[in-house]
Amino acid sequence: MAGLSSSSSGGGGGGGWSLGRCSHAVVRALPESLRQHALRIEKGQEVDFARAEREHQLYVAVLKSKLGLQVLELPADESLPDCVFVEDVAVVCEETALITRPGAPSRRKEVDAMKKALESLNLNIIEMTDENATLDGGDVLFTGREFFVGLSKRTNQRGAEILADTFKDYAVSTVPVYDSLHLKSFCSMAGPNLIAIGSTEAAQKTLKTMQQMSDHRYDKLTVPDDAAANCIYLNIPGKGHVLLHRAPEEYPESAKVFEKLKDHMLIPITNTEMEKVDGLLTCRSVLINKTSEL
Amino acid sequence: MTTEVGPETEVKKESEQLGADAVNEKREEATESQENQKSEKTLSEEAQSTPSPELATQSSPSSQKKEKDPPEGKGISRFIPPWLKKQKSYSLVEPKDEAKKKPVEERQAAEERESQLPEDIAQPKGNLEEATIESQQETKKNDKEEEKHSVSSADTQPAKEDNKESEAEKVANEQEEQQKVEEKRETKEVQTAEIKLEKAPQKALKKIKTVPCKVMLLDGTEYSCDLEKRAKGQVLFDKVCEQLNLLEKDYFGLLFQDNSDQKNWLDSSKEIKRQIRSLPWLFTFNVKFYPPDPSQLTEDITRYFLCLQLRQDIASGRLPCSFVTHALLGSYTLQAELGDYDSEEHNNHYISEFQFAPNQTKEMEDKVVELHKTHRSLTPAQADSHFLENAKRLSMYGVDLHHAKDSEGVDIMLGVCANGLLIYKDRLRINRFAWAKILKISYKRSNFYIKVRPAELEQFESTIGFKLPNHRAAKRLWKVCVEHHTFYRLVSPEQPPKAKFLTLGSKFRYSGRTQAQTQQASNLIDRPAPYFERTSSKRVSRSLDGAPVGITDQSLLRDFSAATVGPAGDIVFAGEAVGQTKLKNGEGRDVNGSPTKIPQLELTQDEKSSHETLNIVEEKQQAEVGIEETVVIDEINRGKMQAVTGAGETRKVEHLSKKDSSSLSSDSSSSSSSSSESEDEVVGEYQPHHRAAEDIIREEQEENEDAKRKEECATKVIQSVETVQEGSKVTVEHTQVTAKALAQENAVAIKTGEKNVMEEGKQDLRAEDEEEQLKINGDGSHVDIDVVPQIICCSEPPVVKTEMVTISDATQRTEISTKEVPIVQTETKTITYESPQFDGSSGGDAGVLLSAQTITSESVSTTTTTHITKTVKGGVSETRIEKRIVITGDADIDHDQALAQAIKEAKEQHPDMSVTRVVVHKETELAEEGEE
Repeated sequence: MAGLSSSSSGGGGGGGWSLGRCSHAVVRALPESLRQHALRIEKGQEVDFARAEREHQLYVAVLKSKLGLQVLELPADESLPDCVFVEDVAVVCEETALITRPGAPSRRKEVDAMKKALESLNLNIIEMTDENATLDGGDVLFTGREFFVGLSKRTNQRGAEILADTFKDYAVSTVPVYDSLHLKSFCSMAGPNLIAIGSTEAAQKTLKTMQQMSDHRYDKLTVPDDAAANCIYLNIPGKGHVLLHRAPEEYPESAKVFEKLKDHMLIPITNTEMEKVDGLLTCRSVLINKTSEL
Repeated sequence: MTTEVGPETEVKKESEQLGADAVNEKREEATESQENQKSEKTLSEEAQSTPSPELATQSSPSSQKKEKDPPEGKGISRFIPPWLKKQKSYSLVEPKDEAKKKPVEERQAAEERESQLPEDIAQPKGNLEEATIESQQETKKNDKEEEKHSVSSADTQPAKEDNKESEAEKVANEQEEQQKVEEKRETKEVQTAEIKLEKAPQKALKKIKTVPCKVMLLDGTEYSCDLEKRAKGQVLFDKVCEQLNLLEKDYFGLLFQDNSDQKNWLDSSKEIKRQIRSLPWLFTFNVKFYPPDPSQLTEDITRYFLCLQLRQDIASGRLPCSFVTHALLGSYTLQAELGDYDSEEHNNHYISEFQFAPNQTKEMEDKVVELHKTHRSLTPAQADSHFLENAKRLSMYGVDLHHAKDSEGVDIMLGVCANGLLIYKDRLRINRFAWAKILKISYKRSNFYIKVRPAELEQFESTIGFKLPNHRAAKRLWKVCVEHHTFYRLVSPEQPPKAKFLTLGSKFRYSGRTQAQTQQASNLIDRPAPYFERTSSKRVSRSLDGAPVGITDQSLLRDFSAATVGPAGDIVFAGEAVGQTKLKNGEGRDVNGSPTKIPQLELTQDEKSSHETLNIVEEKQQAEVGIEETVVIDEINRGKMQAVTGAGETRKVEHLSKKDSSSLSSDSSSSSSSSSESEDEVVGEYQPHHRAAEDIIREEQEENEDAKRKEECATKVIQSVETVQEGSKVTVEHTQVTAKALAQENAVAIKTGEKNVMEEGKQDLRAEDEEEQLKINGDGSHVDIDVVPQIICCSEPPVVKTEMVTISDATQRTEISTKEVPIVQTETKTITYESPQFDGSSGGDAGVLLSAQTITSESVSTTTTTHITKTVKGGVSETRIEKRIVITGDADIDHDQALAQAIKEAKEQHPDMSVTRVVVHKETELAEEGEE
């Protein structure tokens, strides 16, 4: 797939090379209600809200200052405890944005602000209005060549179909997700052809499924901790491969694995508080690559 | 030589040379047969003047022929069926007349068909063979004929040339020919030569019957030509490619629609008329194998045609893509076809004439224009390349979709692509089987199966079945899979194994070049980049409503892509696609090049049944005055085998196929009931990875060569496999199949340590009424179970034995021109094929004869003679019953049915026995049906 038109005028039929290209990011502040009311798989430690805010500010700062992205920061909405996890409400690929219908009813209203933000970026907006469809962006893994959609408690077949209709250029394969909130709870892209994957049996099994379903051969980067397999790969002009990954303090063994990626600019990000409510690195941003001002 | 000359002159000259009345007659006939043009040519050849007389002779050609024919050939010709006649005419009958006719005809008809040439050559031989029959009657003529033959062999080439030229009807050629002819005439030898030539032409005449053929090209234009009726697909395909100036043609193919509006690929190795049953012959030239990397194509012209195909695919919605991609691809299309954007020339409306997407919006058009502006200075070839680079990444690029249901009845789509088989449900990919993972592909009836390698940590292969709408769809999918696998994954097509092995089911294999081969060949292309004109895709887009896209499966579109497309087009082929069966054999192939992976013995049976088309049968029946069929069914009763085999099964004509772990099990049933389905095989099997041939016992029916077909068309051969048990060994008797065996395939499966012998025969119960004989030959090959240790591990119960006999019809191969009005004469042809040595006892052990008796019974139209023989061999008693059933009747009798009934009754009378041989002997009086 080494593309002729790697410069991509318009981005049609994008290939793996465009993975990680990013000019804009949409994030959202976290409401205090997150501490009490954010959805979580299992009851655990209480969220240190102040610390959570600091972590999030750091996260945004990296995107904005360190990487030079244009970041749209949406204000928090106290009625939407999970609104900081913007990834779930929009899937953006090239010039098209799919506004999802989150699997959790309490989160459905989160889409409104996101829709406005994306409209302001002149993206082609597709809304998932089918009431039988649910889709969380956290279940959508875009590899640069194709989509994998995890069928989870939050995402159903119909939601995946709509995603397939939206991004017609790409194959959309479904994979079952067990034991985890989202598909990306244990995997993500760590490079143009590189899938970071957790070590649990479920994660490995899912990876095998994805490999079988794909015409492409992906390299895999197995990390000891599932949560650490959720990282953010970016390809920033002038900076090359950039990888935001979980800090060594949190997942030291996994961090060691990431540190072997010699070609990547590695940026450890701490995410201790958000993880208490099942939030991982990718959850808190929607990354957009605006190549034209259409 | 010189210019046109009157026909009379020719005659005179000939007469002079030959000096015989016969010659004159011949000439006259020739002129008759000839069309005006032809006659002119002949005249011109002679270079004499005054053409007028010819016209007169020509005017009443048919009548003349009739008159003349009787005197010459009366004795023989009457007894010879039309098809034989043709050949005869060559060698035996009316040599002189024919000779005259032939040259002329050939000249006329010949559309430079190379294929014809070989046929012509072959025909003389065939004539000789057939001549024997004729010769009996007419010895005198034979002598002459022989001479002619000998001469003809030398002359054949000129005759061929004549054919080619004649079609072209080019003056220059004509002159040359004339010269040749003249030269020949000068000498006595020349005379013979002429005669032969003329004979060849006669054949050509008969053959020459051409069929108009239309091919929709990718640019929306139509290519028309006349094809010889018996032309193979390759002939047409080559002509089209030549027309297109396309060298890298292996990626392309011709599609036609069958009577169910399904698209089918024309098999280039088979005769067209066998595949497309109805007239007119309409095809569309399409990309068959989408090159995964178009940049590796050698020539721009190839890329251009690929672009045209993709534009169709995209505009029709068959190849879904996003808004942005539609716009981008559209902009490259504009750049390729219009060049740089010109603000003056390209107003707002120029774009509306193009169709870039199924649902094209103003917004999209604006985007296209905007992008078009950015492509400035791209050459058309560059724009095409950019187009392809983007199009090839589309997920559905090169994916051939087929409707199916999974094992739970859920609607899914199966997509065949370069890498394997993709499974979709509602646009979502739910599974994928790479070729490397697929061990075997097969179909049985409407079921399609893939056997896949065991996954990691798994021990057993699994077989996954899909239900297709009907068996034709299953077969179509199977063939597409076989072709894609071969093309993309193999270095070279697997050569079909030879007849020593037993196989049931379709032997279809991809016979073209693989991608690797075509790439190699492309590297050798050494010509300046051909100039070609890029026709505006406006036409293409417009034609979306019509033919070019017509073949697109609309239902697929609807289901798969959100885009809806207009009516597929008006190409409708009324006829059934028949004869699609490629009988190439090749059980499997080792994809990885390592044969070891599949140690097991493949016991899969494929059943293929071939049915005749009703049309043909009916036609023939009309012509038949009386038909006598003799069915001889040999039943051999074998103690052990009986135990294994359920007699009832045999009767039902069902056969159980046994599989070991490695083989895909499929049960086949006789397709006797499916008469309407024509000759499609019910079963096909293909093993991508496959081991040594010894593991597989196949009985294969050789595909008949065309030449053979003609000769043999009257013959039906039924093969059956005879199994004999000896001790712990399983022995499969292989009987030599007559070379003429037609579309039958038998597979024999042998099971594990025990004696499981599967036999399958295919039956075409639609036996032909006409001059055909059915033979069932048992073929035996020795299989030593020990050779295949793995078999023992088979997961399935070891024993299943079924025997099935299928009578396959040769009829399909018989070409009878429907158009022709039967000629008055009737002829009887009797061809008897002795079945090969059928050693009921197998192994040459004659055994001890216990008893023998003969019983005769009669009914209205049948006479049954039963001969029972009991023998003891090696401790196993064997009862052999031979029934001779004579069915007498005229055209009103459904001979097929009578035959089927006879066989059925025989089976029912002896449920515990198996049918091992069927010989059908037909004596038919036929009215001439014209040629072929």
